[in-house]
Amino acid sequence: MDHQQEEKVQLFGMWASPYVYKVKWALSIKGMEYEYVEEDLGNKSGQLLEHNPVHKKVPVLVYNGRPVAESDVIVQFIDDVWKGQGGRILPEDPHERAMARFWARFVPDKLSPPIWKWFTTAGGEEQEAAREAAVEHLRVLEAELNLGRNEFFGGDSVGLVDLSLGALAYVIPMYEEIIGARLITEEMFPSLYAWMGRFLAAPPVKDHLPPMEELKLRFRAIREYFLKNA
Amino acid sequence: MSEPVVVVGGWASPFVTRVCIALKLKGVEYEFLQEAVGRKSELLLRSNPVHKKMPVLLHGGRPVCESLVILQYVDEVFPGSSILPADPYHRAVHRFWAEYADAKLHTALRTMRGMVGGDKADAAEQVSAALRQLEDALAECSGGKPYFGGDDFGFLDIVVGSYIGWFGAAEKIAGLRVLDEASTPRLAAWAARFCAHEAVRDLMPDADRLVEFGEVLRAALAANASCRP
Repeated sequence: MDHQQEEKVQLFGMWASPYVYKVKWALSIKGMEYEYVEEDLGNKSGQLLEHNPVHKKVPVLVYNGRPVAESDVIVQFIDDVWKGQGGRILPEDPHERAMARFWARFVPDKLSPPIWKWFTTAGGEEQEAAREAAVEHLRVLEAELNLGRNEFFGGDSVGLVDLSLGALAYVIPMYEEIIGARLITEEMFPSLYAWMGRFLAAPPVKDHLPPMEELKLRFRAIREYFLKNA
Repeated sequence: MSEPVVVVGGWASPFVTRVCIALKLKGVEYEFLQEAVGRKSELLLRSNPVHKKMPVLLHGGRPVCESLVILQYVDEVFPGSSILPADPYHRAVHRFWAEYADAKLHTALRTMRGMVGGDKADAAEQVSAALRQLEDALAECSGGKPYFGGDDFGFLDIVVGSYIGWFGAAEKIAGLRVLDEASTPRLAAWAARFCAHEAVRDLMPDADRLVEFGEVLRAALAANASCRP
């Protein structure tokens, strides 16, 4: 890749999407500049539909006119294209890479669904069951994050697994405030709890966070909607 | 790498088939540990405590889980033919369609085979729609060459290709076509080519055997369920 050539990078996103932030953090790790295009998901632009006809979703990264969709695919693309520039997103060693990819999938496959279910269900047995499932998966992560001297899952700096888990660092406390119950306490999850604070303060992340008050209002409205339409 | 390679899995699972194809493509010798039908071995549970699923690749005793993760690991660790494309953009395209294929095909095929509840006709339509998308993806990715990977097959060929036996089995059980020359001519031709490839030939399960297997599995799972207190 000739980096002297002008590279045009566009990111199509939406201010509340955690998947969009994952991509922003990845671009930040590489120190890449880009043009950000905010989409109104209720009225999607022709460009978005052209770039992601299959899923019609954000984020989409357009690199020199070629679109890449799906946040996990985009993050690995970013690591491949700007290899040797900025920080590493995936580790060097193949077995460690496999572990990183495995744990990165764990978040959307196992962890996020019960957390979302917990947030969108009224208090009662069903919500409690979702909470217990979430806690079980958090315990697995807590054990895995037996960081020892590591600040992040990626080691000294934010990596693939940190990016995958990342938005939960601000989303979970927001859900907890809205529901009025805790999911992650320092006592139950000392490593995860500490990681959350470090992640939000990490260089690629701290200046690229969503507007928290607006997000909280949005989440409140979402919970109300789900409870009403249960 | 001279460390022993073991695959823990079952011949009928497309996720296992794809791992074996990748290893065969790389010319890697491995030991295949066939799981008993309807029962999970200690080794599987110990090697994949998070998901308790096959396939698991054990390389020098170290487990790697999740088929797409395993495929990329095999590509990175063993020399020989490349599985992922070299170009970052093409790699992204392969990864995108691999996720798409697994999301759209796996559960829908299981529904068609009656392994999970659901309307078979709806499931068949979902599979057909996904295959029509993959037909277009094949045109784009192959650029007129025989495979998604170009001149020889690569990541996306292996991922989609691993379902071919299941397409046949699902069609027989549900009595509905999903992969046919009329609606997806390129894909149908590609499927035949893929199955004839020397790295795939002996590994692609036969549709009739899969149909039989489905019945054996259902019976075993029902027997397990009736044994529980």
